[in-house]
Amino acid sequence: MNMHMEHPELEYGKTVGNAFSADPKFSLRDVEVYYGDTQAIKGISLDIARNEVISFIGPSGCGKSTFLRCLNRMNDSIDICSVRGRLELDGRDLYDPKQDVVELRARVGMVFQKPNPFPKSIYDNVAYGPRIHGLANRKAELDEMVENSLRKAGLWNEVKDRLDRPATGLSGGQQQRLCIARTIAVSPEVVLMDEPCSALDPIATARIEELISELSENFTIIIVTHSMQQAARVSDRTAYFHLGHLVEVNETNKVFTAPEHSLTESYITGRFG
Amino acid sequence: MTDLNTQAELVRRSLKRRYRKERRFRAYGIVAVGVALLALITLFSDIIGKGYTGFLKTTVTLEVNLDPELMYLDDASDKDALRMADFKAPLLAALRQELPDATTSREDTRALGGLLSGYAANELQDRVAADPSLLGTRQVMTFLAHGNVDVYNKHAGETAYSIKLTPQQQQWVDTLKANNVVNTEFNDILFVHGDSREPANAGVAGAMVGSLLTMLVTLLLSFPIGVSAAIYLEEFAPQNRLTDFIEVNINNLAAVPSIIFGLLGLAVFINLFGMPRSIPFVGGLVLTLMTLPTIIIASRAAIKSVPPSIREAAEGIGASKMQVVMHHVLPLAMPGMLTGSIIGMAQALGETAPLLLIGMVAFIVDVPDGLFDAATVLPVQIFLWAGSPELGFIERASAAIMVLLAFLISMNALAIWLRKRLERRW
Repeated sequence: MNMHMEHPELEYGKTVGNAFSADPKFSLRDVEVYYGDTQAIKGISLDIARNEVISFIGPSGCGKSTFLRCLNRMNDSIDICSVRGRLELDGRDLYDPKQDVVELRARVGMVFQKPNPFPKSIYDNVAYGPRIHGLANRKAELDEMVENSLRKAGLWNEVKDRLDRPATGLSGGQQQRLCIARTIAVSPEVVLMDEPCSALDPIATARIEELISELSENFTIIIVTHSMQQAARVSDRTAYFHLGHLVEVNETNKVFTAPEHSLTESYITGRFG
Repeated sequence: MTDLNTQAELVRRSLKRRYRKERRFRAYGIVAVGVALLALITLFSDIIGKGYTGFLKTTVTLEVNLDPELMYLDDASDKDALRMADFKAPLLAALRQELPDATTSREDTRALGGLLSGYAANELQDRVAADPSLLGTRQVMTFLAHGNVDVYNKHAGETAYSIKLTPQQQQWVDTLKANNVVNTEFNDILFVHGDSREPANAGVAGAMVGSLLTMLVTLLLSFPIGVSAAIYLEEFAPQNRLTDFIEVNINNLAAVPSIIFGLLGLAVFINLFGMPRSIPFVGGLVLTLMTLPTIIIASRAAIKSVPPSIREAAEGIGASKMQVVMHHVLPLAMPGMLTGSIIGMAQALGETAPLLLIGMVAFIVDVPDGLFDAATVLPVQIFLWAGSPELGFIERASAAIMVLLAFLISMNALAIWLRKRLERRW
């Protein structure tokens, strides 16, 4: 392989910093993702610790979203996409044929770049997950789940009087918080967030960031972001991706104050990206 | 500076050209819409102008003396006696009462008889059979006029419509009209009778029921099959040569002339499976084959237009493939699917050619009882009447066209209403 042709400072499968953990939630080894003949992820190894918030940063097209979507197998629906390597959640192989993808997604929820509420009522949006997974037996139980999720997402006070109103009538920021409420309603262990604030204004963004900090007490959160300030504000660790390589992972503080790799430094100081 | 000025000048000049182009394009559009509207208005005014008389019937009201001796009938409750009795005689006598100048000569008797519908005597017989106590009394009864009298009455003064009546008969009709014996009424017969040899007695009820039954079969088969096929092809089928081949074939089927489907129906359903001819069930099967490609193509387009973000959202929470389709894709695609289906159904409703081949072109007087009773459909009825030499049938064909159009318009209105209702895209 001629990986060194791409950039002199990139080495296949090599990551500087602190990529591993003693008690990992996710243990990912030598992950490679191909779209047809094109390799999008180039031998990434990484551990994600329990209840940590880790952010993935890097220039557009660096593979951070692709990598994120491997973690709940959202890439499955893309025919030409193939994933290799060892990806484990609590020691169990995600891509084991015996692993049920529906069960996996109930454990690893996802929030998308653009708020995508269902064209249903606010209540039905949040209740959808518990309903399909059969988590509530009685109406009262479901009501409680919906209320709890909306409270956790910091949306309860704004919508409690109009739960039967269409979710699409909410503002962008409210919609995104509703999507978060919908995701956490099924009590997942991990929440994946793919640039959750990129379509929101600064006030709504601040609200979501606050929410991420609150949620981090109960969930493992992996967030892809283009905003380095955001990464710095919300995450414990930060991973820098470049052209499909995982270049550097370290404590957020360290990545932004004393990056070990020259590419990381170039990126965070705004020389490219 | 000079550069900037020249550039602005260039833009200004090109602007003029662009606006001219735009105006021209708009004019073309208005002309095209105008021509289409004009054609539509011409079509409608022609059909309505020719056909409104089809909604009118001519009746003859007579005081009939139900004299047992005249009719050779002693006991009206005796079925055999009823069959042998002469019901023409009291009708002729009643006419003679109104037309004193009519002689008892053979010609005049014939000419008098030619004023009433050929079924007038049967009608009288039915009434007496229903109520035997009528025998021996004088009753004022209304009968249908003969088809020729009907057209003459409705088109008074137009020679083309009077050639079937002798001058003598024309004069009689004029007299009867002046005495209010001959009247023009709303043609309820058109909506309650089946086809008939006589235009005055002919109606579209049989064809309407036939069309409804055929459409019922078509809808019940083509909608579920078409929608399921579309869902399978769009959501579950693997992308390979086989599905590509199927897709190409579905698109081709949509372009196959409808008569080919008729041939297929004849060969498979009638000859191979031995189903009876002329029945709405087979008609519905054939039209299902014809409608399926339209429904599948429209449904696939509707499924494709469901935003992928909704799918991702559902998958992200852990909905299974089936749940994603049933809870999210299907409800959002439903308006488009319905529209496609109704367009397909409207097409099927107006279809004649394939039904000719499976025998739905037969002369059928009775209103069909069910899916397996011989029937015809509205467009075929129009085709039959329009080809008939009798003037009375021509105007009834126009009336039937209006009935068919009313059907189509109400179907489309239903489609729009359904779409509006289901399209509550929050």
